[in-house]
Amino acid sequence: MFKDITLGQYVPGDSFLHKLDPRTKIMLMIAYIVAVFLVQRIEIFALVIIFTVAVTLLSKVSITYLFKALKPMKFLLPLMFLMNLFLIKTGDLLVEWWIFKIYSDGLKNAFFIVLRLATLVAGTSLLTLTTTPIALTDGLEKLLSPLKVIKFPAHELAMMMTIALRFIPTLIEEADKIMKAQLARGADFESGNVFKRAKAMLPILIPLFVNSFRRADELAMAMESRCYHGGNGRTRMRVLCFTWRDLVAVLVMAALIAAIVISQKLIPAVF
Amino acid sequence: MPIIVEKLTHTYMPGTENEHVAVDNVSLTINEGEFFGIIGHTGSGKSTFIQHLNGLVQPTSGKVTVDGFDMSDKKQRQKGRALVGMVFQYPDYQLFDSTVLDDVAFGPKNLGQSEEEAKKSAAEAMKTVGLDPELFGEKSPFELSGGEKRRAALAGIIAMKPKYLVLDEPMAGLDPSGRRDVVATIDALRRELGCTVIMVSHSMEDVARSAERIAVLNEGKLYALGTPDEIFSKTQELIDMGLDAPQTARLAEALRQKGCDVPESIYTNERFIEWFRGLKHV
Ligand SMILES: Nc1ncnc2c1ncn2[C@@H]1O[C@H](COP(=O)(O)OP(=O)(O)OP(=O)(O)O)[C@@H](O)[C@H]1O
Ligand SMILES: [Mg+2]
Repeated sequence: MFKDITLGQYVPGDSFLHKLDPRTKIMLMIAYIVAVFLVQRIEIFALVIIFTVAVTLLSKVSITYLFKALKPMKFLLPLMFLMNLFLIKTGDLLVEWWIFKIYSDGLKNAFFIVLRLATLVAGTSLLTLTTTPIALTDGLEKLLSPLKVIKFPAHELAMMMTIALRFIPTLIEEADKIMKAQLARGADFESGNVFKRAKAMLPILIPLFVNSFRRADELAMAMESRCYHGGNGRTRMRVLCFTWRDLVAVLVMAALIAAIVISQKLIPAVF
Repeated sequence: MPIIVEKLTHTYMPGTENEHVAVDNVSLTINEGEFFGIIGHTGSGKSTFIQHLNGLVQPTSGKVTVDGFDMSDKKQRQKGRALVGMVFQYPDYQLFDSTVLDDVAFGPKNLGQSEEEAKKSAAEAMKTVGLDPELFGEKSPFELSGGEKRRAALAGIIAMKPKYLVLDEPMAGLDPSGRRDVVATIDALRRELGCTVIMVSHSMEDVARSAERIAVLNEGKLYALGTPDEIFSKTQELIDMGLDAPQTARLAEALRQKGCDVPESIYTNERFIEWFRGLKHV
């Protein structure tokens, strides 16, 4: 039950994308989100889709991982689609059947929203698919470190994220074991209404929390006994550095954004 | 009626690069009233194997029947599960309620007993494992020591009065007196309730002393199955497998290698002493 979660999963490889500096990748992801939101017309979305597919191919990550990333949205996406389809009442009336009326703006918007969400999720999940969690938090720490002058705890935040990511699999495994232990005592997680089921989760959640607190305590002790005292004066074993690849990647992303802006200005609307 | 395991195979994460055959084509029968020991090195599939006895994991292929209930069938599994009590390797995975008594009563309540009946079963079970209900009943399970936690966890299962008691390394992490207590508790259970006990252990001494039959797992396969006499006469084979033999068996083996004629059936302290006494008379 808990084994299917693929949050922040990393797929090892040595593609162009894997070799990019994590700082570049984080910045590019933000740029990508901006690019997706810049698109105002549905036909321009072709650019984003082509880009996303090209980058996926470049990363050599199997496309099934992208579908897996979209899986948690299997209810949200159709719901958004249907709501937009039926609730928007502007534009030309296209179809009328019983109480349902579909207008042209509704149809356009429905596709638009779904495409936007799907490309956002698929594109951003490429970041975690091609970057180890450690590199990711390292990059984040570096990017946020200028904020240290205003007392922003960049290092602490990055350390917290590293620890959290590190313990996700442990927690999943532990939840699995606790669930088995309670099942063996006749606990029933599957029948009854929502409240009953929520209450049935208590025997899992309490040991999970208690063990987590204990582990956090032990981890803190272990870190302190190895003289950890925060980020001041800490050096790194792997120092991040930019290469020609990062320059290429930034230029490509700039080209995408330029293409979106220009084509939106120049090409007249089709639909 | 016994527990019958037929050609049981369990594969973790099939179809991925992490595929791992944890239990490989194991067939055996565990008889009623028996003390059945399971030994094997770390990662040999012991925990995976015993979780099948309770239907907590499903076989990749093969079949487990408990008193005729097929554990792969959803309806029959519920009935089978009520017969098999399973105590996990770590008590921290199951203790959750605000008091020890409530926690121990969780199982009986799930079996449909009323609040009062459940508390009564819980108090009885606590006595059986040597936790005084007066003293420990109102304590939080998280305040207990490691050994007390393990006994509370054991009580939580015993309170459900299972016919088969499955124990996954019940002695791990206990001090010698804690170990003795747990051993004494298990012995008492067998005497008083006539429980069938299936015990996984890394401690050859414990298995040698108590088990009537022993299964040796090696890399998921059933390597040997037999009485302690049969298993521990192969001291050298066990050691080659990365396992250990009881200390006494090792001593006997060492003596044999020095040319001393020690019979192979000597692997417990009692028998060794008996044999040694016999020697002096000669
Ligand atoms: N949930 C799981 N997912 C994937 N592999 C697993 C899982 N649980 C166990 N394994 C693997 O299956 C094998 C058998 O594990 P199991 O826990 O049954 O061993 P064990 O004999 O109980 O070991 P130990 O003596 O250390 O408790 C191990 O190699 C382990 O890595
Ligand atoms: Mg185990």
